Amino acid sequence: MTILVVIESELGKIKKSGLELASYGRKIADDKGLKLTAVGFNIEDYSVLNKYGVDKLYNVETGEDIFFDVDRYSETITKIIKEENAILIVVSSSADGRYLGPVLSIKTQSAYIPNVVEVPSQYEPIQVKCSCFTNKAFKTSKSLKNRTIISLLSNSFGLNEKASSLELINHNYENGIVNLKVESVDKVSDKVSIADAQIVVSGGRGLKGPENWYLIEDLAEVLGAATACSKPVSDMGWRPHSEHVGQTGKPVASNLYIAVGVSGAIQHLAGINSSKIKVVINNDPEAPFFKAADYGIVGDAFDVIPKLTEKLKMRK
Amino acid sequence: MNILVCISSVPDTTSKINFKNDNTIFETEGVQFIINPNDEFGLTRAIWLQQSHGANVTVVSVGDSSCEPILRKCLAIGADQAIRIDTIPKDGFQVVAYLTSLLEINKYDLIITGRESIDYNGGMVGGMLATKLKIPYLSNCIYLDIKDDNLKLEREFDGGKEKVSASLPIVIGSQKGLVEEKDLIIPNMRGIMQARQKPLEVLSPEQVELSTQDLSFEKPSEKGPVRLVDAENIDELIDLLENEAKVI
Repeated sequence: MTILVVIESELGKIKKSGLELASYGRKIADDKGLKLTAVGFNIEDYSVLNKYGVDKLYNVETGEDIFFDVDRYSETITKIIKEENAILIVVSSSADGRYLGPVLSIKTQSAYIPNVVEVPSQYEPIQVKCSCFTNKAFKTSKSLKNRTIISLLSNSFGLNEKASSLELINHNYENGIVNLKVESVDKVSDKVSIADAQIVVSGGRGLKGPENWYLIEDLAEVLGAATACSKPVSDMGWRPHSEHVGQTGKPVASNLYIAVGVSGAIQHLAGINSSKIKVVINNDPEAPFFKAADYGIVGDAFDVIPKLTEKLKMRK
Repeated sequence: MNILVCISSVPDTTSKINFKNDNTIFETEGVQFIINPNDEFGLTRAIWLQQSHGANVTVVSVGDSSCEPILRKCLAIGADQAIRIDTIPKDGFQVVAYLTSLLEINKYDLIITGRESIDYNGGMVGGMLATKLKIPYLSNCIYLDIKDDNLKLEREFDGGKEKVSASLPIVIGSQKGLVEEKDLIIPNMRGIMQARQKPLEVLSPEQVELSTQDLSFEKPSEKGPVRLVDAENIDELIDLLENEAKVI
C-alpha cells in the first residue's frame, strides 16, 4: 500500500503545487506508516523531491507527444496506482488536476473528493474537509470506497521539508483509448497564472478603462504576481475572461490578494475567499470589500498604486 | 444530431449559504434557484446548434419536483424536451450512474455538462460520465465547432488554452467563453408559452451505489475587522504585509 501524489511540471521543472502535494502526501504517509510515491511526466529536475519526503518517483517520458493528454495520462497513472496498490491518490486543484481526477476515479473504481483543504481527520474510511458553495462553506465528506482520489486546494497545506532517499523509476507512457487530440497549445508564457500565483493583483471598474491597466500590471510585475479582474471588467471586454475571478470565473487561493477598485460583490468575494490575506484599495469607504479584507486603504487608485509600486521596487 | 444538456439547479449567486439539522443539510428556505451558470453557457451553445445544424436538444436534471421551474426555463430558452430523474442526488457518482442508464436507452451525440456546479463545485460529472461511456471528455470548453462528425474544440487551462480535435460522441464541460454572457438567451413570452406544451418526462430511478457521503457542513469563521492604513502612509502597508502577514 502507498500514498500517491500526481506532480505537475513545466518544461521539466516541478511546479510549486507539486512540492505542496509532496508535503501533504508525506504527512499522511507518516501518519499511516506508508511509503510516499509520486508520478510525474517529463520531469528533468527531480532532485528537489527528496527534500519533500518522496520515497519513489515514477517519471514518464511522453516522447514527441508533449501536451497534457488526459486520456494517456490517466491510463498511465491507473497502471501505476494498481502496481503500487495506492489507497489515496492526491491530484492538484489546477485545471489539469481537476480534469484528471474524475477520469482517474472511474478508471480505478475510486471515490473522488475535490477541493480538499486539510489532511484527513480519519482514515478508515477516509474523512476529509473540503471547500464548497464556491468558498462560502466547507463540508466534511466520507469516502465509501477502498480507494480515494482527492484534489488538494492550492496553498491550503503549504510546504514542509523532510529529507528522503528518492528511488527513480522510468515508466511507460500508455496509449489512450478515446479519440481526442490536442493539436496546439497557446500559453501565456511570460506571465504567472492565477492558479499558480502566490500573489494576485486584481482590478475592477474603479480603474475606469482598459487603458489604465498598466497600474495593475506594473504592481503585479514588481510582486511577481498574476493579474486578475472582476466580472464587469471582463464582461465589458476590458480584460480577457480568463482573468475573471469570482463565482462564475476562476477561483483564487493565493497567499495575498490585492483588489484595486473592486467593490466586492458577494460573487467576487466567494471566488477569492480562500486567499489568505486580502488587501483592498478603493476610494469608496462603503465598498463591501472592506468587510472581507484584512488590510485596506481608502484612497484613489491612481494616486496610491503608482506610489505602492514605486516603494516596492525600491525595497527590492 | 441529438444533444443532451445536463442541468443543475443551484442557489442564485447572491444567496447567503446556511445549513440546518445540526449543519447536515443545506437550508433552501428563502433561497432563489437558478440554472447553474456553467450549464447555461452550454445550453445556449446547444440552442445555437439547434438553429444551425437542426439539432434536437434535451435537457436533463436529477432532482425532486422543486427543480421543474428550472427545466421549464430551459424549455422556454429553446430546449425541445426535458427529463427529470426523480430523486435528490447525494453525490456526483450517483448522478453519473443515473445519466449512464439514460444514455443506455437514448442515443446522444453531444453531451454537455457545466464545468462545475456553483454549489458543490464537484466538477466531476462530465469526466466520470465520459470515462464510463468510453468516449472523450473535454473540460473547461471555450470553443466548439462541428462539421459532419468532426469537432474543433478549445480548452482553457491555467495560463493558456489549447486547440483540440475530436469526433462525436463526446462529453464537454461548458463554461463562460463557449458563449459570452451577453449571448445568453432570455426567454420571451412566446418561448414561455411554448415551454408549457413541451414534454417534461419524469423518470423514477433505481437505487444506485454512492461513492461518497457528506457528513456535515460549516461556514468559514468570521474574520476580524479590516485594518485601515492611511493613503499617505504606504510604508505602513508594506511593513504590515512584510512583517505581520508575512506574504511579501
